[in-house]
Amino acid sequence: MRRFWVTSCLFAFLGCGGGDGGSGGGGGAAETAPLGNASISGMVMFSGDAPANPAIDMSEEPECAAKHTDGPTNPIVSVTDGHLANVFVRVVGGLPGGPYPVPSEPATIDQNGCLYVPRVVGVMVGQTLAITNSDPLLHNIKAVPTENRLFNISQPRAGMTSNRIFTAPEIMVPFECSVHGWMNAYAGVVEHPYFAVSGADGSFTISGLPAGTYQLEAWHETLGTQSGDVTVEADGSATLNFTFGG
Amino acid sequence: MSWILPPSASTFAGEIDFLYYVILVITGIAFVVVEVGLLVFAIKYRARPGRKAQYIEGSTKAEIIWTAVPAVTLVIIGLMSGGVWNHIKGRNSIPPNAIPYEVHVKQFEWNFTYRGPDGQLGTSDDFIVRNQLHIPVNRPVELQLIAEDVIHSFFVPAFRVKQDAVPGMDIRVWFEATKVGEYEIACAELCGLGHYRMRARVFVHSAEDYQQWLSDRAAAADEE
Amino acid sequence: MATSAVSLEPAAHVEAHELSFLRKYIFSTDHKIIGIQFLLMSFVFLLFGGLMAMMIRWQLGFPERPLPAGQLLPETMAPGGILLPEFYNSLVTMHGTIMVFFAIMPLLVGVFGNYLIPLKLGAPDMAFPRLNMASFWIAFSAGILMMAGFFVEGGHAAAGWTAYAPLSADPEWTGVSGGQQIWLLSIAILGLASIMGALNYITTVVNLRAPGMTWFRMPLSIWALFVTAILVLLAIPILSGAAIMLFFDQTIGTHFFDWTDGGQVILWQHLFWYFGHPEVYILILPAMGMVSDIIANGSRKPVFGYHSMVFALISISFLGWVVWGHHMFQSGMNPTLGMTFMISTMIIAVPSAIKVFNWMGTMWRGNIRFHVPMLHSVGFVAMFVIGGLSGIFMAATPVDIYIHDTYFIVAHIHYVLFGGSLFAIFAAVTYWYPKMFGRMMNSTVGKVHFWLTFLFYNMTFFPMHDLGIAGHMRRIYDPSQYEFLQPLAPLNRFITVSALLLFTVQILFAANFIMSWFKGKKAGENPWEANGLEWTVPSPPPHGNFAKVPTVYRGPYEYSSPLVEEDFLLQTRKLASDVDPAAAGP
Repeated sequence: MRRFWVTSCLFAFLGCGGGDGGSGGGGGAAETAPLGNASISGMVMFSGDAPANPAIDMSEEPECAAKHTDGPTNPIVSVTDGHLANVFVRVVGGLPGGPYPVPSEPATIDQNGCLYVPRVVGVMVGQTLAITNSDPLLHNIKAVPTENRLFNISQPRAGMTSNRIFTAPEIMVPFECSVHGWMNAYAGVVEHPYFAVSGADGSFTISGLPAGTYQLEAWHETLGTQSGDVTVEADGSATLNFTFGG
Repeated sequence: MSWILPPSASTFAGEIDFLYYVILVITGIAFVVVEVGLLVFAIKYRARPGRKAQYIEGSTKAEIIWTAVPAVTLVIIGLMSGGVWNHIKGRNSIPPNAIPYEVHVKQFEWNFTYRGPDGQLGTSDDFIVRNQLHIPVNRPVELQLIAEDVIHSFFVPAFRVKQDAVPGMDIRVWFEATKVGEYEIACAELCGLGHYRMRARVFVHSAEDYQQWLSDRAAAADEE
Repeated sequence: MATSAVSLEPAAHVEAHELSFLRKYIFSTDHKIIGIQFLLMSFVFLLFGGLMAMMIRWQLGFPERPLPAGQLLPETMAPGGILLPEFYNSLVTMHGTIMVFFAIMPLLVGVFGNYLIPLKLGAPDMAFPRLNMASFWIAFSAGILMMAGFFVEGGHAAAGWTAYAPLSADPEWTGVSGGQQIWLLSIAILGLASIMGALNYITTVVNLRAPGMTWFRMPLSIWALFVTAILVLLAIPILSGAAIMLFFDQTIGTHFFDWTDGGQVILWQHLFWYFGHPEVYILILPAMGMVSDIIANGSRKPVFGYHSMVFALISISFLGWVVWGHHMFQSGMNPTLGMTFMISTMIIAVPSAIKVFNWMGTMWRGNIRFHVPMLHSVGFVAMFVIGGLSGIFMAATPVDIYIHDTYFIVAHIHYVLFGGSLFAIFAAVTYWYPKMFGRMMNSTVGKVHFWLTFLFYNMTFFPMHDLGIAGHMRRIYDPSQYEFLQPLAPLNRFITVSALLLFTVQILFAANFIMSWFKGKKAGENPWEANGLEWTVPSPPPHGNFAKVPTVYRGPYEYSSPLVEEDFLLQTRKLASDVDPAAAGP
């Protein structure tokens, strides 16, 4: 008898419990209401000859190798026609004080062709980061942040989603895959929503700002950081470009 | 369902397999003696009305026999095993002409470092191949296992090779493949969630094919 | 209640006032109640451990299919009901941990040590009854703490029940931090309970034997429990020390096992196995002792070679300290140690062989009654011998190169722990159940349970030898990743189905246990016509056990003695030819 009750209680616990900051959305229920209508956009340039990115040996991962028509390379420095992608740009000064409402929409990062896509992603403190696997094989998402809790989880099959929430700002949380040593990604965890990641064409846009003067910082995983200031009027737009050297 | 070992392809596999079969026969005999004995006793000496058990407290002679026979048998097995063990794992038994490789073992990959065309490990023409070990047939090879995070274990079932890779320790393992072909490498020490997928392959080439493969790799490396 | 070590006052002086329900059944200092508390607690953990095994087997047998009721499990363990690899590793870890520390060890040492030692020695209780009570509640707390590990972030410990560093030392490698820390704390706390128990058992055996109960008139069950208690006393502190060191590495920045900062990775293995090998003898010796008692009773014959059996128990316990390296043959330790540990390991096989032959000798020319305890005991011998013989393969170091960390080892472990210890536990529980609860377990259900368990047990574990010979590794979430393992998938399925049947059949034992408590045939003092002192008191015995201090005139195995008509002769029955012992005490 006693055993029956204890077992039932255990199952009840298991059904409800299970610990960590897993499923579920971020803090806010409603969409972020922008503080203003101004936007800052710009281009991230790369000056000099683009360095060659190292080739990745995917010979022992045929399902991933098949997704790359040319020999896969590790896009550490991703330059197209002098434009630099995967630069994390955020406002570091000039903002009115928070707290800022957290979007219920998750930020997303995928594992596809044995690469993290996108390589750099921004997420707010308290916002869900949805990690997905588009490869039909095991990926191991390992993050060893300095300000946030480490996690080390698996996604053995395609179509899986794991949700994580970061509780402290951190520039940048490094992601690895232990199964595929070349796989890296970076998440910028910010207290406010004013960040962007430069695209393949080097462009970025940060919108929803009130009028003001802002200090911005652009971060690249190997090329360091660059700073810049810009002033923008209410409902207006301004441009700020960054250039990283080779 | 069988107790027959799978096919092997290394020089010392034969010694290991022989020892295994000797033990199989000896333990098989002991197994039959005990199990049949138990069954026979259970049937023959089951209680029936009018029977009585025989009040026997023991037999020194029996004790001596069944102490000495197992002891002698086990000592023999031990002596047979000692030589083989020393030959495979002894610190001084690595053949001096073994081709050296480095294996950087991590969660959850095997990165094999080849010495490159100059024939020396630790020089700039070394190259790394992930999860593929290419070796020539009928040549001893020596792998230095360098674990980078936790304990792993280099296991090639077909070669009867197994050696733990321990972070912080200089671990060497040697073997000599006897048949051209492709064999699997598994990790045989729980090393985390990807332990089950920590698979690599050994490619045993003929001497010519091995040279060809090496030069193809060197050429490809030059192009990069 | 008398608490001095050398006190044999009869039970008559015991307080006539009624204790409250709480004092009588919950916080009891009566060794019999404490034994039953350990029994109930251990059965619960046995069930948990078994459930975990079923989940592991499901994954190995039917990897693409969601676990039945798997949707109850959270996303972090089994999204869509399919286990995640990290949770699988945790299950493998916790199955081993719970079975070894919270099921088998307390069942053998906590239950039967407590229940049998005072009764079979003619003592009113243990030497330290309050320490005994503390030992149970501390063990219980350790168990609750261990279960809490499932609910923390990062999940429960997942580095194997052997917790090898560095996997267990740094959360970075598994994502598990709280779980491993809870594991270590729980083990250390349980260790405290074990040490307390060991102190009690040793003191009681040395000091509280009834007049005439000389060392060589003690039953083998008590010899085994005594020797086991010494092993516990000496081995558990090593585990506790190692656990504390690992806990410190995890929490306060020490580097005992951290090679990057002066530590030694395989130090953990040496410490763990220095405890771990005596531990496996802790897990089998009491079983061997009780099986000896039961086989003698079933055969209606003295134990063949009683003195050899005692000698074998003692040699196993001594030799058990110098074989630990056989768990580490492939660990990277100096290969010369491979030779030395091989020799000592070969030697330790001998006393176990001696015991097997002596059990057979006991049955030879007996008049065997196949009551349920006897069935399980003969089953024990039949299966323990398989476990022992498979050990010889591993002891031969070159063969171990191939079979280390494969299912051959898993087969060996389960033949000695389940085929051995658990069958002995079934035997012992059935045998002493009437004494504990005053009722008999149903014999027909017991026989059906034995045969079905024996059948499904062998169908589950014997094929694991084949898996191992084929090279199938242990602790592998998905064997299909390897081409050489893919042909073994049908065998894995067969094993899984057998395991599910094996688990299901245990309902018979559970139902028998529970129903007999209320509805079982009432038992007299001596339903098995046995010789030990416990069979001279009512079933169940009163507090204080013996109305008068018993006097012992002979050993415990005088079955079919020529001195009397009956085929058994109680240790305490005075015959015309018997003389009273000169004085009380050893």
